[in-house]
Amino acid sequence: MSGNTLDNPGFRLRASYHHVNREDEVNFGFWVFLMSDAIIFGLIFATYATMVGATAGGPGPKRLFDIGSVAIQTGALLLSSFAYGMASLALRYRSGRGKVIAWLLVTLLLGFVFLGFEVHDFLTMFAKGGSPDRSGFTSAFFGLVPLHGLHVTTGCIWMVVLIVQMLCYGIDDDVRLGIQRLALFWHFLDIVWIAIFSLVYLGGLA
Amino acid sequence: MNDFHEFGGYPDWGQPDFGGDAYRRDLHIYLWGLALAVALTVVPFALVYWHAMTASSLWIAIGIFALVQAVVHFRCFLHVHPPHENVDEMLLVLFTVIILIMMAGGTVWILGNLHSRMY
Repeated sequence: MSGNTLDNPGFRLRASYHHVNREDEVNFGFWVFLMSDAIIFGLIFATYATMVGATAGGPGPKRLFDIGSVAIQTGALLLSSFAYGMASLALRYRSGRGKVIAWLLVTLLLGFVFLGFEVHDFLTMFAKGGSPDRSGFTSAFFGLVPLHGLHVTTGCIWMVVLIVQMLCYGIDDDVRLGIQRLALFWHFLDIVWIAIFSLVYLGGLA
Repeated sequence: MNDFHEFGGYPDWGQPDFGGDAYRRDLHIYLWGLALAVALTVVPFALVYWHAMTASSLWIAIGIFALVQAVVHFRCFLHVHPPHENVDEMLLVLFTVIILIMMAGGTVWILGNLHSRMY
């Protein structure tokens, strides 16, 4: 990343800065990953949008979706995002390792609540004849929503690893950077979930 | 005091003033984010649950609430504050948005067009 304006004479919002320290570099790299992940999600959303009517005589959204369960999942994920924010604040203002770990455990617990209700929903859909092989619609659904669930699962595993690292090594620079990046990942997944509950669930039930 | 000049993160970790003004201000940002996000979630769920409008106006309402909530999350949880951001990172996000508009929007447009010609 060059700070020299002559290197980049085009569109400029604000002067660039050098990524001089490791924290800036690592965070910028993680944003590049998040944006590539956003493109993957966006294209799978587009696939879903083109497939939503292709039920091939099988069950459709109104038959398969349960708005109460989706509301619980949405609430759990939103509260977990807030709990992670509290962990970030505890880290930033050095209020102690115990507080950071406690808020991360709250986040993790809410993540498990989300995953539990999601898996329960999937099993209910299977029981109603909405398995992925039933139609283009169910294939597209199970390509999109469990992909987000897998991301959340990965985030939970990452969180457990960070908690163990904190218990073993305390809050050193690596752990700090890890918590910072997982924060970006976790909040990003909540934004993807906004798109899922709006487009897939509420759009399907409207 | 530093404002969030680091894109989507906290620039420095070194303020041990837990409970101070800066802490309270940061806490308020998260609390506002939570309150707004809850409101912007509850309303569309309620509209759909009670079928308060016709399907097409429900879709428009759901879309608007989702966009506003995404902005709230970006500002309050991810601390992204355009245009007061670094140029490299804003270009990264803008490039992603352009790619998404072209590829996702183009997919929906073309396949929707084909779909309407089939029936």
